Amino acid sequence: MIDRNLNKKLNIFLTLVDKPKAGIPIAIKDNFLTKGIRTTAASKLLNSFIPQYSATVVNKLEANGYSVVGKTNLDAWCHGSSTETSDFGPTLNPWNTDYLSGGSSGGSAAAVSAGIVDVAIGSETAGSIRGPAAWCGVVGVKPTYGRVSRYGVIAMGSSLDCPGVLAKDVVSATKVLKIISGNDPYDATSSNRETEDYELFLTGNVKGLKIGLIENYLLPEMEKEVVDKTLGAIEVLEKLGAIITRVKTLDPKYAIGVYTVVQRAEVSSNLARYDGIRYGNDRNYFGQEAKRRIMLGTHILSSGYQDQYYKKAEKIRTLFNKDFDKLFEGFDVLVGPTMPGPAPKVGVTKGQSMFGEMADVLAEPSAISGLPAVSIPCGFVRRLPIGLQIMGPQFSEGKILNVAYTYEQNHPKF
Amino acid sequence: MDIKALAKLAKLNLDKREEGYFEKQFDETFKIIDQFENLDTSKISETYSVIKTKNIMRDDEIDISRILSQDEALRNAKSSHNGFFVVDAILDNDR
Amino acid sequence: MLLIHMNKTIQNFNPVVGLEVHIELATKSKMFCGCPADHFGKKPNTQTCPVCLGLPGALPVPNKKAIEWCVILGLAFDCEINKESNFDRKHYFYPDLPKGYQISQYDDPFAHSGKFQMNNIHNVRVRRVHMEEDTAKLQHTEIDGKRVSLVDFNRSGVPLVELVTEPDFDNVDDVVTFLQELQRIVRYLGISEADMEKGSMRLEANLSLTPDGTLPGYKVELKNINSFRFLKKAMLYEIDRQREILTAGKKVIQETRGWDEEKSATFSQRVKEDAQDYRYFPDPDIPPIEITQLQITNYKLQIPELPQAKRERFEIDYKLPGDFIDILVSDKARADYFEGCVKLNNNYKAIADLIINKKFDEKYPEPAGLVKKLVELTNVEFSTQDETQSAVNLVIMDNQKPVEDYKNGKVNVIGYLIGMVQKRLEGKGNTKLIQDFLLKGLQK
Repeated sequence: MIDRNLNKKLNIFLTLVDKPKAGIPIAIKDNFLTKGIRTTAASKLLNSFIPQYSATVVNKLEANGYSVVGKTNLDAWCHGSSTETSDFGPTLNPWNTDYLSGGSSGGSAAAVSAGIVDVAIGSETAGSIRGPAAWCGVVGVKPTYGRVSRYGVIAMGSSLDCPGVLAKDVVSATKVLKIISGNDPYDATSSNRETEDYELFLTGNVKGLKIGLIENYLLPEMEKEVVDKTLGAIEVLEKLGAIITRVKTLDPKYAIGVYTVVQRAEVSSNLARYDGIRYGNDRNYFGQEAKRRIMLGTHILSSGYQDQYYKKAEKIRTLFNKDFDKLFEGFDVLVGPTMPGPAPKVGVTKGQSMFGEMADVLAEPSAISGLPAVSIPCGFVRRLPIGLQIMGPQFSEGKILNVAYTYEQNHPKF
Repeated sequence: MDIKALAKLAKLNLDKREEGYFEKQFDETFKIIDQFENLDTSKISETYSVIKTKNIMRDDEIDISRILSQDEALRNAKSSHNGFFVVDAILDNDR
Repeated sequence: MLLIHMNKTIQNFNPVVGLEVHIELATKSKMFCGCPADHFGKKPNTQTCPVCLGLPGALPVPNKKAIEWCVILGLAFDCEINKESNFDRKHYFYPDLPKGYQISQYDDPFAHSGKFQMNNIHNVRVRRVHMEEDTAKLQHTEIDGKRVSLVDFNRSGVPLVELVTEPDFDNVDDVVTFLQELQRIVRYLGISEADMEKGSMRLEANLSLTPDGTLPGYKVELKNINSFRFLKKAMLYEIDRQREILTAGKKVIQETRGWDEEKSATFSQRVKEDAQDYRYFPDPDIPPIEITQLQITNYKLQIPELPQAKRERFEIDYKLPGDFIDILVSDKARADYFEGCVKLNNNYKAIADLIINKKFDEKYPEPAGLVKKLVELTNVEFSTQDETQSAVNLVIMDNQKPVEDYKNGKVNVIGYLIGMVQKRLEGKGNTKLIQDFLLKGLQK
């Protein structure tokens, strides 16, 4: 049973299922619709919304022995990387409650990190799984765009959103990923490629694997200890026979602009359905962050500005795609720090309108190119967890999970 | 950028404080976005979606498994009447 | 029409009309979900699902049949078909639009740059034919003394094809002719009932006046008019109204107007402020649609003979009067029925007349039934006895060989001889009488 005091203290679940069905307990981020179970997107606009249907991901999990135990907190409408824009207050970091759990899948990451569940479902548009996974010291898997169905997931950035997994270890993450992957006739953007049995990839062997260490992800403003711990993690892989080479990518700071423009444009469109007629409250119930993103997105799409912003952003997205394609000709996977640093203190986002996009700078390039990525805990800085991220070409989930698994099985005690 | 006109287009009611607040923040945001101005994309075409598939369509068949009963459709309605959703009167009968 | 004004230069304002027509397709299911598309007379909000109700998290998957029919309609108007087409989101807020945007097409519609010719209408350009989804239905009423609107989402998401012409019409009759022909073509293709009363065909005419043939800088949109007759009246009224305004040197307001039959006048529905900013952008939920040359060829094969071609053929094959042809061709089933009859009897005009004026096609579901009735009717005034006798004598005289054969015992020659006599009597002879006279004549 869920430890209610712990939940209250960390503010992880917005809704707990009072009589969960039999099965492996799993926490679900509250932007996934669950039939008959309140779904709020952490916004007062939907605070009494009981959906009439469930997301495909939820249906698949329930059909494969998992049982939904509750709906976890997030930044309202996924707008943020801290859960501080939630109308229900932030989720605190189980390692130190003065610090943030990250976002927008903060609740799910904290649920795993606090040991309430072994696995949880999150979603990532750019950094929203990897970020909280790194800050809460758990495994985070962001699949290839289109690998997991978006049907029934409250849309944020339709061309970016990826449902994914947070778990205490790579094997449990891999099991869940296998179940939720695959084509969905109700989602025209879900890939019709066969899903693989990802567990078979977890050989623990990375001999000869060509790994590109993205040098310009070691940001100048990073704490030295973050850089050292990241390089230390990569050495573990090197000792296990992986071939590490330093590489440079297109400057990730350009991806901030691309991600901000594309995401805001799609957000302004995807939140247009909330008119208070068929469900939920009216548009006055949007919080500050939601109003800000809707307004900016509306401006970006308005006639006369599309070329300057939206079309320009989608052209630079092509540049990032080309950059990654070229890199993956020479390398099997790319690695680097997941986040610029460990979790910041609660309250840090106050007045910082671009906190989320700046924090997720190292996740945005691979997100706009729809690449799969795993974040694996790789140590502590100031007694707060940090993560190493492993990125691969589209549909290389098995390969990057094995790199994470191999590191997980061999790294020295933190 | 005309904040008032934008709010009308996005159907959002902003108070004076919010209008000023947003204006300042938009300038900050655009300073960051405009960084990508100096990238040359003259010969580059847009990527609107990273998936390569095309022609994803469904056959013209009725799918009863997803149809909502009238009660289910109206369950979350703010107000309903005889099976209809009810909204404040719309002046002209056309947009 | 000249305007005589003492001091004003005589200015002659001619209409410039462009059309936007919406056709509700008769597919089984809606455009982006599997709900039934036929919403006529159904209990409110009983044919919806997460997609067409615009619930959070719902995603659209396009209807293959609707796309095919859209392309076919485009081909029927000689359109070019885009190799790759896209769906776009068209944003505006309205209680009948659940997603806050309509999925439509903007930059790359399925079909574009078509044309239309008929009788004196030469080369009306069809700008585009594209797919979109219908909105929910609104009713205005009063509940507990408060004026409210009721919303039924059964029609939400029903496939709609929109056909847009360039402003190439310069008179109202051509507009009506074009719309009637479009209705026929749509019915011939079997893709919609195109019934104005039931709303499966909706017209919007954009009308303005030009003094010198250049495109005026304004247009008045005539909308929510659900009959050709009312549209014609509305256009004629608008031409006078606008001419008066322009002649007085004033500007015509750009707005949407409807038709009020009692007052027989157009009325303003909504002043179109600045052009609505729909913020179109490609819908990221729907991958592009590619249409190959092979598919286009196959679609062309599916197009039946269209009304104009059928009229031209009927003129050559059956030489019927123009109005007869128009009536027969205006309904594909009736034209096919007529051709069923003429296979059995070549009295084209009589058959056409029986169908058009006596509605025999409704009385006799099978063409053979009509023809049988026709033959009986036309044989009432038989040839007289003398006419029959003289015809028999002439036939015997002209056919010595068959007469000899008959006398030598080849009795079945009598059938041939009867046929010859009947031909001579132009089918009016009474076969029994002919037979008797022949037998007598052959005894000699």
